[in-house]
Amino acid sequence: MNYFPDEVIEHIFDSVVSHRDRNAVSLVCKSWYRIERCTRKKVFIGNCYSISPERLIQRFPDLKSLTLKGKPHFADFSLVPHDWGGFVYPWIEALSKSKVGLEELRLKRMVVSDESLELLSRSFQNFKSLVLISCEGFSTDGLAAVAANCRFLRELDLQENEVDDHKGQWLSCFPDSCTSLESLNFACLKGEVNSGALERLVARSPNLKSLRLNRSVPAGTLIRILMSAPQLVDLGIASFVHETYSAIFTNLKDAILKCTKSISSLSGFMEVTPHCLSAIYPICPNLTSLNLSYAAGIQGNELIQLIRHCGKLQRLWIMDCIGDGGLSVVAQTCKDLQELRVFPCVTFGNPAAVTEKGLVAISKGCPKLHSLLYFCHQMTNAALITVAKNCPNFIRFRLCILDATKPDPDTQQPLDEGFGAIVQSCRRLRRLSLSGQLTDRVFLYIGMYAEQLEMLSIAFAGESDKGMLYVLNGCKKLRKLEIRDSPFGNAALLMDIGKYETMRSLWMSSCEVTVGACKILAKKMPRLNVEIFNENEQADCNLEDGQRVEKMYLYRTLAGKRKDAPEYVWTM
Amino acid sequence: MSPESGNHSSDSEIELTLGLPGIKSTGTKRGFYDTVDLHLGTSSSSYASESSRNNNFLCSTTNKSPSPKEQVVGWPPVRASRKNAMKSCKYVKVAMDGAPYLRKVDLEMYESYDQLLRALETMFCCLTICNHLNERKLMDTGNGIEYMPTYEDRDGDWMLLGDVPWKMFVESCKRIRLMISSEAMGLG
Repeated sequence: MNYFPDEVIEHIFDSVVSHRDRNAVSLVCKSWYRIERCTRKKVFIGNCYSISPERLIQRFPDLKSLTLKGKPHFADFSLVPHDWGGFVYPWIEALSKSKVGLEELRLKRMVVSDESLELLSRSFQNFKSLVLISCEGFSTDGLAAVAANCRFLRELDLQENEVDDHKGQWLSCFPDSCTSLESLNFACLKGEVNSGALERLVARSPNLKSLRLNRSVPAGTLIRILMSAPQLVDLGIASFVHETYSAIFTNLKDAILKCTKSISSLSGFMEVTPHCLSAIYPICPNLTSLNLSYAAGIQGNELIQLIRHCGKLQRLWIMDCIGDGGLSVVAQTCKDLQELRVFPCVTFGNPAAVTEKGLVAISKGCPKLHSLLYFCHQMTNAALITVAKNCPNFIRFRLCILDATKPDPDTQQPLDEGFGAIVQSCRRLRRLSLSGQLTDRVFLYIGMYAEQLEMLSIAFAGESDKGMLYVLNGCKKLRKLEIRDSPFGNAALLMDIGKYETMRSLWMSSCEVTVGACKILAKKMPRLNVEIFNENEQADCNLEDGQRVEKMYLYRTLAGKRKDAPEYVWTM
Repeated sequence: MSPESGNHSSDSEIELTLGLPGIKSTGTKRGFYDTVDLHLGTSSSSYASESSRNNNFLCSTTNKSPSPKEQVVGWPPVRASRKNAMKSCKYVKVAMDGAPYLRKVDLEMYESYDQLLRALETMFCCLTICNHLNERKLMDTGNGIEYMPTYEDRDGDWMLLGDVPWKMFVESCKRIRLMISSEAMGLG
């Protein structure tokens, strides 16, 4: 196999970028394994309990960039107890003790303490990028440490985190010598920031491309930022509250006009005076990405007027107050749309919210659509069949009917045929979330057609073990399966236990699985951690084998039982 | 804005309407529902009655007893952070006569006028609450000047803090001004 010297192979491997390809390369032979492991700089770990930090460092000594995920996905919806785990500290501690020159760290759903951030900021000389998504457990003090100590920081991206805001001067902690920032996102912070420090930081960061502000940044500061950073590509304006005839608004309009060429992504508007939105119209024709999913104040005509200016959008996140009518305007205007998310702003009884009509309109107008998250009040089989026909390119299809078990309102039939049409025509589908009334039949279709499916979310669906078995038997590429409130039990769980070693994780809550079955599974499969959450029981009482498990989370691991589990988490 | 028009607006604020307190029944604004209402397995006819009920605030919103499955944790699958953000903050500017700077408060952080006053007390130095004759005032202990907390309501009128129920105030308040008492006569 090795006709080339190692250096040449190394050079070739440099162009192998994707994790999947790197993994494949490392399986070819021992020498490729060795060369690959010594040159791999980026590592993705989808479950922080699947391997130990020590093993990571041992295998990839040249690691520069690490992505780590913690809690199961259902933690987003409060199904995972708060103190379940997912701590990043042991990782940072192990990395800092080693000689790893970490430059990038990306964390999702992890518990990040100030102590971790402090240690991180002091341990890695060339640290450049920190991205925290849906993390918790830290405060602006930790951010201050990162700002103060990471001298070459390029990216600080805080998305949807729960941050204790000590209203400190964390932004002022960036030293005057820090001029390397390319991306700064603190939209999720609640407290005030020091406007002067922010303006100075922006002014001395010539490479700043992405800036997302929080609500506390006033108009005057925004104006000065736009004037000093006309190179911004991605802008998040949280607060856009102005009086139309004020001088400051006129200045803001002028400042925005200076950025019309560069800005292609716009987000925010949590607080907004809707009739001021005309000020951003000049930016709109250039926008490829617009996130109004927190902009509850933009509704009705103002929203539709805004959309009419955005002909180049590829990604649109929006609230359901846009209505079916608004979505047909999107369909007429945004011919290049690839990703659409429609979030609910009022969870029930909102007459303006969207239905199958809006989705059908979108599918007709936007043939390039490949990712969808759609919260709606009802869906029909006929609509889903039309959507499947119009948009065969879906990679992600997540449909959430707010009334979780609602049948097709026209026929009172379950939505099996509709979802069946989606999996049948969208052959590249990787992620699917189901809702509405569903029988085992939909799982038959999924098992039969969804060959590329990697993640499936099931809620309130199915009739028997068969449903789950169709999926496990059929979907060869399935990596994550999450199920809640569905009648799947032991027979389904235990039929093909080898399957779970090919998957990252399986979540089952409020299903029919019992403690005994979890024990059997754990015993037969030592490389699986089978966790059950025993929140209601006393810690010392023994669980009967026949008892139904409220929440079960199983995942493959090379690290064995975790030691940081709280008392109510029982690893079988 | 003149004190007289303030009086007028005050009347219109407290007059009986079909809306819940703090919700303006005119106009097209819609409030967020804090609670997640899940109607599993309800028929489409009950859905229709639900939406018509929401259009009429006079009808009690509690006349339908929720079945055990209605409040399901984690459904619809919306991030907790998104729900929290929906609860929103409401920042308004606070000015004090004579002070060379403005401050901001998030009204959603407080639940009553007293809590807000305590926050205002710490916001500018030397202020203490003095509550004689049930009037809400703040006193600068340095020079003995009394300040009257006033606010601009949604119609642009200046009102005395405390003239409407707290929730209505949070809805309506555009900014706060601590006005020197002698100049605040005639407001409210």
